[in-house]
Amino acid sequence: MADAEDKVTMRVWRGDENGGEFTDYVMPAVEGEVVLDVVHRIQASEAPDLACRWNCKAGKCGSCSAEINGLPRLMCMTRMDTLPEGQPVTVAPMKTFPVIRDLVTDVSFNYEVARTIPAFEPGPEPEGGYRMMQVDVERGQEFRKCIECFMCQNVCHVIRDHEDNKPKYAGPRFFIRFAELEMHPLDVNDRRELAHDKGLGMCNITKCCTEVCPEHIKITDNGIIPMKERVVDARYDPVAWLGRKLTGRRKKTAEEAAAG
Amino acid sequence: MTTTADSVTGTPVAIGTRGGPDQPTLRKDTWWVEPVVTVAVLTAFVVYSTWAAFVGKDYYAGTAFGRDLISPFYSPCIANSCVPGSHSFGTLPFWNYSPALLILIFPLGFRLTCYYYRKAYYRSFWWSPPACAVADGHRSYSGETRFPLILQNIHRYFFWILLIFNCILTYDAVLAFRQPYVVNGVEHSHIGISVGTVVLVANAAFLWLYSLSCHACRHFCGGQVKSFAKHPTRHKLWKFVTPLNARHMRFAWISLFGVAIADLYVRLVASGTIHDPGFHF
Repeated sequence: MADAEDKVTMRVWRGDENGGEFTDYVMPAVEGEVVLDVVHRIQASEAPDLACRWNCKAGKCGSCSAEINGLPRLMCMTRMDTLPEGQPVTVAPMKTFPVIRDLVTDVSFNYEVARTIPAFEPGPEPEGGYRMMQVDVERGQEFRKCIECFMCQNVCHVIRDHEDNKPKYAGPRFFIRFAELEMHPLDVNDRRELAHDKGLGMCNITKCCTEVCPEHIKITDNGIIPMKERVVDARYDPVAWLGRKLTGRRKKTAEEAAAG
Repeated sequence: MTTTADSVTGTPVAIGTRGGPDQPTLRKDTWWVEPVVTVAVLTAFVVYSTWAAFVGKDYYAGTAFGRDLISPFYSPCIANSCVPGSHSFGTLPFWNYSPALLILIFPLGFRLTCYYYRKAYYRSFWWSPPACAVADGHRSYSGETRFPLILQNIHRYFFWILLIFNCILTYDAVLAFRQPYVVNGVEHSHIGISVGTVVLVANAAFLWLYSLSCHACRHFCGGQVKSFAKHPTRHKLWKFVTPLNARHMRFAWISLFGVAIADLYVRLVASGTIHDPGFHF
């Protein structure tokens, strides 16, 4: 990271939707800094017009997602002393989303997908109110740790490398939302069909979403694969289909559950 | 910025001009090592297991060696060509080819559709993607939504079949404690332990761990229930297999090496290349 004069070279992508290029900034190396600190010092000294999004500087708001040395990471949680010494530190915007300027991308794709996902849908309220046991409350907690940094969405090759898949693919962040709701005992909506319709089958479980998650959510093992198995139950497993036919058991739709 | 309609809900989805550097990857680390090693190891295994499956001999070390060891590639030995004593569970009279060719399709199917191996070969062989934040090697992508990859959804059936194989290989491992010998034309046996016994027991153990750590197993144990509170027994089962599931990749590799080593060891003993050291009680 630092050369003999305790300098660090930051190779920051500068540009907008019309194009851009990397610009090198040689900055004094300061012990204990994270990448966002150095970017802020670049703003304060050499490039006041450098655009970057940030907020909490504590790894909890999910604003400062970028690609540091080619890997999606939070700038505020990437210590400079963990990066290779003596080499420029490359900082680029997230590739999957349109660039607004410099390191700031338009992540509205994610909000638009979120709007298409039906909210929590409890059935009719029983006498005495809704109740959940602690073990069921705990089950979905892992998924609620998501800070919506959208790095899983960014690294997912289904949309990162295939822009044409965006209209039919929700992405890992929303697959764990489906998982959270599907594993909620009070939610009556059939999330398996919804997840299938939103492109769960396009995921080929290469686990990059899990690798980049700053909250260490096991997105693939605990969210996507359990949902894939549930979709198999609902759509592909002939024995499960026969079982439903013989027993007459099937999941109620939200409307049916609400009607009692 | 442009928009297009979501295929299901009709909701507009933003598709803007992508900015940022137009390069396949900005990574400068050794991301290529993992796919290269995966290709090398899996290719070596496929080459070895294909040879071992077709060779059709030296898969059983029996009374002549004072042992009762069978290669996992050849168990259960149900072909016409099986050598006497090789733990037959019946014989298919019409099958005169190598017995392994009847058997290996099931473990192969299980591993081919395994969620871990899918990740491994999609990355290393198919470059889809070769590593995280490294460009996909293909122009178009439809994932596991079409034939043939939609068949990955039959993984659970291979899981159930593999449980039967695990039982048979466990039976083989138990029989490996036998050390048969012949006196006046009558077969007797000692109970003992040899290196071959340890190899077959370890092989069976790691195959069980690999199977029980499978994602389909976790689903059946309790992952599929809506409420753990209403299914306490399945919750306990789920809690038992979940830590195993976290080590699924490790068990996948160890058990892969395990079956190859077990086959090789039995082969070396059965061909008389090495002596299987051991003792009996």
